[in-house]
Amino acid sequence: MAGIIVDDRPYQVDERENLLQACLSLGFNLPYFCWHPALGSVGACRQCAVKQFRDERDREGRLVMACMTSAADGTRISIEDPEAKTFRASVIEWMMANHPHDCPVCDEGGECHLQDMTVMTGHTYRRYRFTKRTFRNQNLGPFITHEMNRCIQCYRCVRLYRNYAGGRDFDAFGSRNHVYFGRHEDGTLENEFSGNLIEVCPTGVFDDKTLMPHYTRKWDLQTAPSVCAHCSLGCNTIAGERYGTLRRILNRYHSEVNGYFLCDRGRFGYGFVNNERRIRRPIFRSNRHDQTIPMDKDMILRELGSLLADKPSRIIGIGSPRASLESNFALRELVGPERFSLGLSARDAGLNSLILDILRRGPASSASIHDVEQADAVLVLGEDPVNTAPRLALAVRQSVRQQPMQLVDKLDIPRWHDAAVREATHAQPGPLFIAAPHSSWFADIATETYHGAPDDLAALGFAVAHELDHASPTATPSPTIRSLAERIAAALRQAARPVILSGTACKSEAVIQSAANVAWALCKIGTPAKLCYCLPESNSLGLAILGGKNLEDAFSVVKNGAADTVLILENDLYRRADTLSVDTFLKTASKVIILDHLEHDTTAKADVLLPAGTFAESDGTLVNSEGRAQRFYQVFPVEGDIQESWRWIRDLAVASEHPGQSNMAAWNRLDDVVAALANAIPAFQRLAEVAPPETFRIVGQKVPRQTHRFTGRTAMHAPLIMHEPKPVEDADSPLAFSMEGYLGQPPSPLITHYWSPRWNSVQALNKFQSDVGGPLRHEMPGVRLIESSDKRTVTYFSEAPQLFQIRDDGWLILPWYQIFGSEELSARASVMAERIPEPALMLHPEDAATLRFKADEQAEFMLDNKSHRVPVKLNAAVPRGTAALTIVSGFTDAVLPTWSPLIRVPEP
Amino acid sequence: MIENSGLSTYNYLMMLSDIEKAEIEEELSHYPDKQAACVEALKVVQRHRGWVSDESLKSVAALLGMTCDELDGVATFYNLIFRKPVGRHVILLCDSISCWTCGCDAMRKSLQARLGISMGETTLDGRFTLLPIVCLGACDRAPTMMVDDDLHGNLTTEKVDRVLEQYP
Amino acid sequence: MERPLTRNIKPNADPLWLTEYEKAGGYESVRKALRTMAPPDIQKLVTDSTLRGRGGAGFPTGKKWSFVPMGPDAPRPKYLVVNADEMEPGTFKDRLLLEGDPHQMIESMIVSAYAIQADVGYIFLRMEYGIAAARLRKAIGEARAKGYLGRNLLGSDFSFDIYLHTSAGRYICGEETALLNALEGKRAIPRAKPPFPQVVGLWGKPTIVQNVETLCNVPHIITHGVEWYRHLSRGKDGGTKIYGVSGNVKRPGAWELPMGTSIREILEEHADGMRDGFAFRGLLPGGASTAMLVEEHLDLPMDFESIPQGGSRMGTGTMILLDDQTCPVGFTQNLEHFFAQESCGWCTPCWEGLSWTERILQSLEDGQGRMEDIDVLAMHTKLLGPGRTFCALAPGAMDPLQSLLKYCRADFERHIHERRCPWGNGRDGADGARIWPVSSSMIVPTR
Ligand SMILES: Cc1cc2nc3c(=O)[nH]c(=O)nc-3n(C[C@H](O)[C@H](O)[C@H](O)COP(=O)(O)O)c2cc1C
Ligand code: SF4
Ligand code: FES
Repeated sequence: MAGIIVDDRPYQVDERENLLQACLSLGFNLPYFCWHPALGSVGACRQCAVKQFRDERDREGRLVMACMTSAADGTRISIEDPEAKTFRASVIEWMMANHPHDCPVCDEGGECHLQDMTVMTGHTYRRYRFTKRTFRNQNLGPFITHEMNRCIQCYRCVRLYRNYAGGRDFDAFGSRNHVYFGRHEDGTLENEFSGNLIEVCPTGVFDDKTLMPHYTRKWDLQTAPSVCAHCSLGCNTIAGERYGTLRRILNRYHSEVNGYFLCDRGRFGYGFVNNERRIRRPIFRSNRHDQTIPMDKDMILRELGSLLADKPSRIIGIGSPRASLESNFALRELVGPERFSLGLSARDAGLNSLILDILRRGPASSASIHDVEQADAVLVLGEDPVNTAPRLALAVRQSVRQQPMQLVDKLDIPRWHDAAVREATHAQPGPLFIAAPHSSWFADIATETYHGAPDDLAALGFAVAHELDHASPTATPSPTIRSLAERIAAALRQAARPVILSGTACKSEAVIQSAANVAWALCKIGTPAKLCYCLPESNSLGLAILGGKNLEDAFSVVKNGAADTVLILENDLYRRADTLSVDTFLKTASKVIILDHLEHDTTAKADVLLPAGTFAESDGTLVNSEGRAQRFYQVFPVEGDIQESWRWIRDLAVASEHPGQSNMAAWNRLDDVVAALANAIPAFQRLAEVAPPETFRIVGQKVPRQTHRFTGRTAMHAPLIMHEPKPVEDADSPLAFSMEGYLGQPPSPLITHYWSPRWNSVQALNKFQSDVGGPLRHEMPGVRLIESSDKRTVTYFSEAPQLFQIRDDGWLILPWYQIFGSEELSARASVMAERIPEPALMLHPEDAATLRFKADEQAEFMLDNKSHRVPVKLNAAVPRGTAALTIVSGFTDAVLPTWSPLIRVPEP
Repeated sequence: MIENSGLSTYNYLMMLSDIEKAEIEEELSHYPDKQAACVEALKVVQRHRGWVSDESLKSVAALLGMTCDELDGVATFYNLIFRKPVGRHVILLCDSISCWTCGCDAMRKSLQARLGISMGETTLDGRFTLLPIVCLGACDRAPTMMVDDDLHGNLTTEKVDRVLEQYP
Repeated sequence: MERPLTRNIKPNADPLWLTEYEKAGGYESVRKALRTMAPPDIQKLVTDSTLRGRGGAGFPTGKKWSFVPMGPDAPRPKYLVVNADEMEPGTFKDRLLLEGDPHQMIESMIVSAYAIQADVGYIFLRMEYGIAAARLRKAIGEARAKGYLGRNLLGSDFSFDIYLHTSAGRYICGEETALLNALEGKRAIPRAKPPFPQVVGLWGKPTIVQNVETLCNVPHIITHGVEWYRHLSRGKDGGTKIYGVSGNVKRPGAWELPMGTSIREILEEHADGMRDGFAFRGLLPGGASTAMLVEEHLDLPMDFESIPQGGSRMGTGTMILLDDQTCPVGFTQNLEHFFAQESCGWCTPCWEGLSWTERILQSLEDGQGRMEDIDVLAMHTKLLGPGRTFCALAPGAMDPLQSLLKYCRADFERHIHERRCPWGNGRDGADGARIWPVSSSMIVPTR
């Protein structure tokens, strides 16, 4: 800590920070633009000027940029100094000289940092009387708008896009007061994190294009804290609604998880909630395909109630890794643990529970995204994070800056001094080894990249572990793998905080095990390595903890007649198993009841469809890949029959007079389910600590979902009903569907929007952190359900696989996941259509040459007992003897990897 | 994304002539990384083609392992990398302080009248482009201008006329 | 009077090529340095010589070198960069040295590089200096062939090579840190200091950036010693200086004279005084970014210590004259136009403040000025001072503005009262915005 003096009063601050960060942390309203807690300082905008004095006798002082000055012990500054204030007001005056007067029609209006800073510095009167510069805007693709005239040249966008996210198709052009931020020519921004431009740009240059067709001001959105549903990382989001449609997703800061940034899948994938193929009413099909009869809720419950009451033991439940813990548990309670299936194939369930087992066993603990960012060496083993857990890839990109920081420290360059840090560490990224079937994202920063088939990757992992600790078993690796393993081991040995990143993308137990061996070997030699596994879905790990049968078991139970009624929870079984098995299963079962939000291949075969709430229409808990349980909250009340899956299941229990073990009839709110779950399964004991209970009040009040400036409350329903309806009660959470309630800062899981007096933009977040850039005030970061038992003993996995053998009768077809298109829900956001690639099969160019394939020719191959045709693309990142199939447009990973011959289809 | 190297995938390299490539290679040998040679590489192309078209830019970017965005970001920073076509001869008329006190405005007017164009424009016959330039470091010979690579000082309106004749 | 820097330079003649250059004593300093001196000896010599940077700021050269990490643990490679970007209006001294005696430039680089143990040298040359480029290229070739460059110079264990980098315009490239970015092939935005280039420079490695003229002093200091060098000067700072005069004088030009020669002597004896029909009003002593001096300052010696007594800086030592036939507002507008155009676009006060200043001055010239305009101009001179902007470009732009407002305020006010430029020869704004065919087709800024 350092003692500094601000306007003659002493304060204690962190001496590693710059003065701007320190002053903001102390609560001063010091304006700024170019600085960003995650991007550091560059001193471009000159907005944060303060007066610095040498000592108490110095009355003159000199202006310094707070963001470019260390908060060293004994620093004396004045924020209120008239000269400093004048200067800051002038900076705004300059920026406004060319800034259009379009606040009323600007999409950023009301949440604009430039507006806030203008008011804050007191610039009101316009003296500049000349014409303004104008620019042409570009079409940057489906996600982001571009309105360059609003630019104030703070350079945040290029720094985020290029330096932080590694994007290379966006830059600054021109010079002086004609700097243009955009692309070399119109076109979709390629980078997977482009959406963060929206929040990082302090004005309305970049805004959310998906918001535009249903544009709503920030203060008119009803917003709730949520957790992203589109991968296993559990990034925190704020979801906003008006008039019953979900309108946008913003980042919700979490110091351990997503920090300031989201990926584009998470930000723009929300459209599935508004999809026209939503199931909005219960549907009953008399004869499966023939006749569809919409029914009202009571009728269908009566119908199903008697059905279920008849034969409780002939029902099986099929859960889902994309449904909340509460809904899965409710189903498990309804049908009984014996008849509860995870809804996953034995292979997939096995991979998830293997990971769970590894994380529980220890000694390596699971890494948060923040841990990955801080890692000083990363080994990616058999995973493709940018496509399977995108936000993690962004963290990996930051990790390579950690090791070079030693040089930065030695040169006495403060770490916040972004430009200097980058110059000093010029092109010397820290250790990052990528061993994956195919991933090009880190090509520019990886120390080494190795593309191999899953077995070879596992062999590499085993070999690395063996290098580190000879007690760890290894098969005989090839010379290439061995020498690579030596280099990787040497780098990992040097590291203080290494992370081994792996996951289920290879669908290989051996890969997952080999990653564990590496981390464990490091732990054994005294390096506190962490493990970071990516799982397929938002609640994969939660479901693994809950436990249940495999899908194959469910299939055989129905096949051998032990059950005939199937209740499927938010799950498209065709994504889980081969078509024939699912077809047979659904055909054999006499009643198929499905709870889901969208129609899909499985719902097409259901007898009964019940409309389940999406994440935006329900509350619930998800366990992310790190093992952290986090709560998401309903954003808006739903018209009609849509309700949370757990409520449907409770209603079924009540209707069938089959209340289950934990008296489901008494489940009136989410907390009841949580309590029952915590009670029933020891691993979930601390589930109630994830977020404040429904009964939580602050000075007797709930936390409003609507802002205190919410407009049209009395008018928005006027066309339907003349009087203002009473706000819907929220029985499940301390949040209210109302603008009334507690206006201050709630505990972190309940933050519905960032706002603070004079801070209307997302930058108001500063006011929610006691140390800007650090944890939130009143932070409840969720509960990590898995902590490795800190045993010193290490029991290695011993079965190193045989090396991959190329076959001459076929090709190993591996899944190649896509950030846009592979994940089930986001793929159904209409805006994604433009970003989802056409299906393709990637081949190594030499393999293609052997087969006489040319790029874009059609290849025929066998998958899931059917033959398919897709165009071939050549890609040197694909291991020889394998082919990579993009998991988009109907292709799933259910039966991948698989062997198949490839046949060239001649041009017609 | 499948193709996310951020790099141009086109085979624009074909566009560059062998001489251009050789000259760029020579510049590359002066630096520890390729990007450092980018301004000189653009100038190689400009020397041979008069200006840097989008296609040329793409070729140079591909050769240097840069994206077009990165290269154009640098190119548009400089005032002597021409990203639009220019005439056969480029007149750079100094408008900085010493030349101005010594009468460059008169030179400008006379040039504009004679060529029938304003600053920044190219004559219809494509012979001359007229551009302003900052101090040419020949203030003792003010007013000055450069035509292509040649400096002309102590200009008078008559001298300007004579100079132009040297550039067909 | 000795003229070490220009002794080989004859007007309108080819420079000395290698054989003649050697015959005239060339490369002696290299032999002497490599054979008889250790790097620290040379550094000490340069420090003791009181050589100060001739690029404008006048920073003591020996002191700058002392920050370079030395010894076996020092980061490698280290770089020596010659700043030959000479683009400051009114400055035309480096051109003389580069065109007139290219081998002197190379010799200077070799001995300076040896002193800081640099491995590679770059000459950062502005694009328009085509003759200099050709001559430097030829000289580098000759020197390399003769073993003055390359591996193990003259059989010593010191290796050093030089490359010529020719730029593509933009004044900001002359700012030493922007120059580093330019050399790296990036947008030429200045870098924040600290860290200083001496420690974290080109590609993150220790780098010295030095003006052409500064470096050209070094061989002579080595050959003739500190005593000799200091005695060349009439003032406190050692050596000679190339002074220049441009504007409406009888004999504009540049001359190597003892450091500390008075302004009057330079103006009257060397430039032969004002041209007939023109009377003296003021002068910018060292390029466009220095504050104007007037009659009362004419007896000040031109050196780093004395010129500040008149409220200005010696800068590059090349003077620009303001005469009575020239509108002082137009004069200021011309300068501010230059600076506004040349702003790199990084920091707000510079990219927007300068442009605003320029437009106000233009509107004064157009007869559209208002009294408040003068306050806005005055405000800018305060707000764009050192430390407030990212680099020295904008403060440099404010020095002339501030001094012209001070000495010629009445002229500014006349423009407003008379609603016209009383000289009628003010800038007519026809090229108010510099039009460059630089944008790619997509990015069309309009104004
Ligand atoms: C905007 C700007 C432009 C400059 N241009 C030049 C230049 O063209 N040549 C030069 O030698 N120094 C120039 N300088 C000064 C350099 O930054 C630097 O101080 C100098 O090259 C150091 O060399 P010296 O110590 O030998 O003078 C410029 C400075 C600024 C702020
Ligand atoms: S576009 Fe936005 S982020 Fe980028 S420089 Fe302009 S104001 Fe800053
Ligand atoms: S925030 Fe400090 S200069 Fe921009």
